[in-house]
Amino acid sequence: MGGQAPVVQRIRLRYAKRGPLRFTSHRDFARAFERALKRAGVPIAFSQGFTPHPKISYASAAPTGVGSEAEYLEIGLQTVVDAAQLRVALDTALSPGLDVLDAVVATEGGGSLADRIDASKWRIELPQVETQVAIEAVAAFLAAEEVLVERMTKQGKRVFDARNPVVFCTVTNESGAPSEANAAPCAIIDLVVRQVTPAVRPDDVMSGLRVVAGLEPPVPPRVTRLAQGSLTSQGEIVDPLDADREDATIGGR
Amino acid sequence: MSVNSVFPQLEQLLPRVSKPIQYVGGELGAVVKDWDSTTVRWALMYPDAYEVGLPNQGVQILYEVLNEQEDVLAERTYAIWPDLEALMKENGVPQFTVDAHRPVRAFDVLGLSFATELGYTNMLSALDLAGIPMDSADRGIDDPIVLAGGHASFNPEPIADFIDAAVLGDGEEAVLEITGIIREWKAEGRPGGRDELLLRLARTESIYVPRFYDVDYLPDGRIQRVVPNRPDVPFRVNKRTTMDLDAWPYPKKPLVPLAETVHERYAVEIFRGCTRGCRFCQAGMITRPVRERSITTVGQMIKEGLEYSGYSEVGLLSLSSADHSEIGDMCSGLAEQYADTNVSLSLPSTRVDAFNIDLAQELSRNGRRTGLTFAPEGGSERIRKVINKMVTEEDLIRTVVTAYTNGWRSVKLYFMCGLPTETDDDVLQIGRMAHEVIKAGRVATGTKDIKCTVSIGAFVPKPHTPFQWAAMERPEVIDNRLRMLKQEINSDRSLGRAIGYRYHDGEPSLIEGLLSRGDRRVGKVIRRAWDKGQRFDGWSEHFSYARWVDSAAEVLPEFGVDLDWFTTREREQLEVLPWDHLDSGLDKDWLWQDWMDSKSEFEQDDCRWTPCFDCGVCPSMDTEIQIGPTGKKLLPLTPVAGLRTPTPAHTH
Repeated sequence: MGGQAPVVQRIRLRYAKRGPLRFTSHRDFARAFERALKRAGVPIAFSQGFTPHPKISYASAAPTGVGSEAEYLEIGLQTVVDAAQLRVALDTALSPGLDVLDAVVATEGGGSLADRIDASKWRIELPQVETQVAIEAVAAFLAAEEVLVERMTKQGKRVFDARNPVVFCTVTNESGAPSEANAAPCAIIDLVVRQVTPAVRPDDVMSGLRVVAGLEPPVPPRVTRLAQGSLTSQGEIVDPLDADREDATIGGR
Repeated sequence: MSVNSVFPQLEQLLPRVSKPIQYVGGELGAVVKDWDSTTVRWALMYPDAYEVGLPNQGVQILYEVLNEQEDVLAERTYAIWPDLEALMKENGVPQFTVDAHRPVRAFDVLGLSFATELGYTNMLSALDLAGIPMDSADRGIDDPIVLAGGHASFNPEPIADFIDAAVLGDGEEAVLEITGIIREWKAEGRPGGRDELLLRLARTESIYVPRFYDVDYLPDGRIQRVVPNRPDVPFRVNKRTTMDLDAWPYPKKPLVPLAETVHERYAVEIFRGCTRGCRFCQAGMITRPVRERSITTVGQMIKEGLEYSGYSEVGLLSLSSADHSEIGDMCSGLAEQYADTNVSLSLPSTRVDAFNIDLAQELSRNGRRTGLTFAPEGGSERIRKVINKMVTEEDLIRTVVTAYTNGWRSVKLYFMCGLPTETDDDVLQIGRMAHEVIKAGRVATGTKDIKCTVSIGAFVPKPHTPFQWAAMERPEVIDNRLRMLKQEINSDRSLGRAIGYRYHDGEPSLIEGLLSRGDRRVGKVIRRAWDKGQRFDGWSEHFSYARWVDSAAEVLPEFGVDLDWFTTREREQLEVLPWDHLDSGLDKDWLWQDWMDSKSEFEQDDCRWTPCFDCGVCPSMDTEIQIGPTGKKLLPLTPVAGLRTPTPAHTH
């Protein structure tokens, strides 16, 4: 076996899953991303071994069917490239709806992406649900000490508390209309959840709202991950790429 | 009249179904055009699940050819799984295209590509969901023209009630000619309505419009004659042949799905047609003559196709790829070009000779070795003469052993069961041959670490082949032979352990046989089976033999025929076959002679290397064999360093 070229640069990307392509599963995205690397001529590094794999590592992926503005991954390269050019090339190589939003060079010794992610911010749109109904359900949920919900996981059916990891949950109708603008009511819930095991996802919180307040949306909710990163004491979420940007030379944001 | 996307309604159903990604489109290479700035609009359907339909070459080629026309819009639609079908019906969401989620009924043409007859019930589901009347006779001027193509359309009689027209043969030029006819008819203000448009199509003499032909039957159930019911359509309809494949280098921009599909590779057809003359092979008969794509065009298509798609696998497709006149140079040239890459190159199942191993060896030079598959098709030398698969047992063993000594640990062997004149012993010989292969392989390699897989399915006689007159074997006989073969393979435990065994039951094949050689009366059976819930006939978990048998038993007696009559009955020379008025170019007398030769175990050479044997195609279709060598070679590729900004993934 010939040795593979070593990794000389690591780049971290933030990408979005939008619109119809939110139905892309993580496996689907991973395949599409590997093809995009080829289409864009990215000098990706490969693992050693009989079947070398491209060096890509993903931070926790949003569930299939959930949109996201904040998915993260890291790639190892065998040649140094310009991060901004890489972002444009990969974004063009992927289907519209799988959009590469940000790219930074990872700083050495700065810790992994996973180290910088301990919470997610989600938006849940509930078409045909009155705002007042949602407000009452959320209030009941927050008032509870514990809200037990069940979900099928890979280990079988599990019962767990959906309340404790929820840091923030509120009904907000001011920021943005539902995706199909129409006259029908649509409650919007903003949610911040800490990453725990088993993961508490927006659908678990929805189960919780059903358990405490009987909230049963007539059509499936539309969920988007707005951010993930480390949670500050003020309840804000810090983009995990910021640390690399600060350590990097000039620029940043 | 503009057309709205059904996506807002569909979107609410998708979280409730399995694999929603298959319904959302967004593939690389997908084209979305403005509805109102186009004049002729095609919905192309591959009537099976997305994961099977998306990689289909025929649909991809026509999609690209049509969308290259400025005023033409082509979108795709696939069979909907029962979970979403039920939700769509409940919520009034119609059959849609995946590209822009437009309702199929709004298009001018619904073009269906039938690679097999097992898509017929899925067509009915799509028509039903689309809100298009199922019977052609009930459609109005605003309904799309339902057009069948693909190999099964060489006998579209079983679906004659449901389709408006069928195209036989190559589609590249046909879709453009049909587009031209529709464009003109629409520009004139759609004179004469639907019938006038269909008449204009029929007058091309290469588009079959079933409603303009009547079928009369004899008292015993056989067909008396099929004749036009109006003076201005031809007695016989010709197949199409696209000559000069270098002028049609499609797909240039292959569709690359987000969802997982059955093939994830860039496929390039290195030639079309086949003159090997395997008597069971409909594809080989109806796609004559052989037309090669040149080595340089193939090289160019692969280079651009890989750059465009990001695929890392290439398939060099055709009915017998090793027969390309420049296959040696092609394989070594490609191996050279992709030596330092992760691209894997492969030839599909190949005929049995050592030359193929040289080619496969060459293609795997960069360490990316793909599987080797050989198709002897018949177990005994006698049955191989019957089917005209000229390979001796010695050849086969030598070839497979060569593969083992060249480092392949496992090979696949394909066979058929239920061939004309077949006896139990012909099938059992497959087991003995597999034993010999393993024994010889162990001796040659000095290791027990070698395997072969025997894959066997039931033979289905097809129209326009020398076996079109043949009786099918009964499913119980097939299944019994398959069981005996398994016992034979395992009769020696040591050898049996090294032999994998895969088989397909006889029952689905009998139904495929009904649909393949059926006439218009079989349409009633299809409709009945669909009414009873039959869908996805190619999927064992959805196929119900009992449902088909019941449907046939309910519908056919009124015509004085039955399931056996269509399947296990041998036809006489003078019987009018349902597809006799559809001209594949093959001379029926030649086919009959070949059928007789088959019974007397007389083999037929390949006209590519031996003189013409008068199958009739070239003179009647005014075509000719197009082969090289061109003498050209593939040049080394110059690697381009640095990032590229690729072609945008999507065209609007």
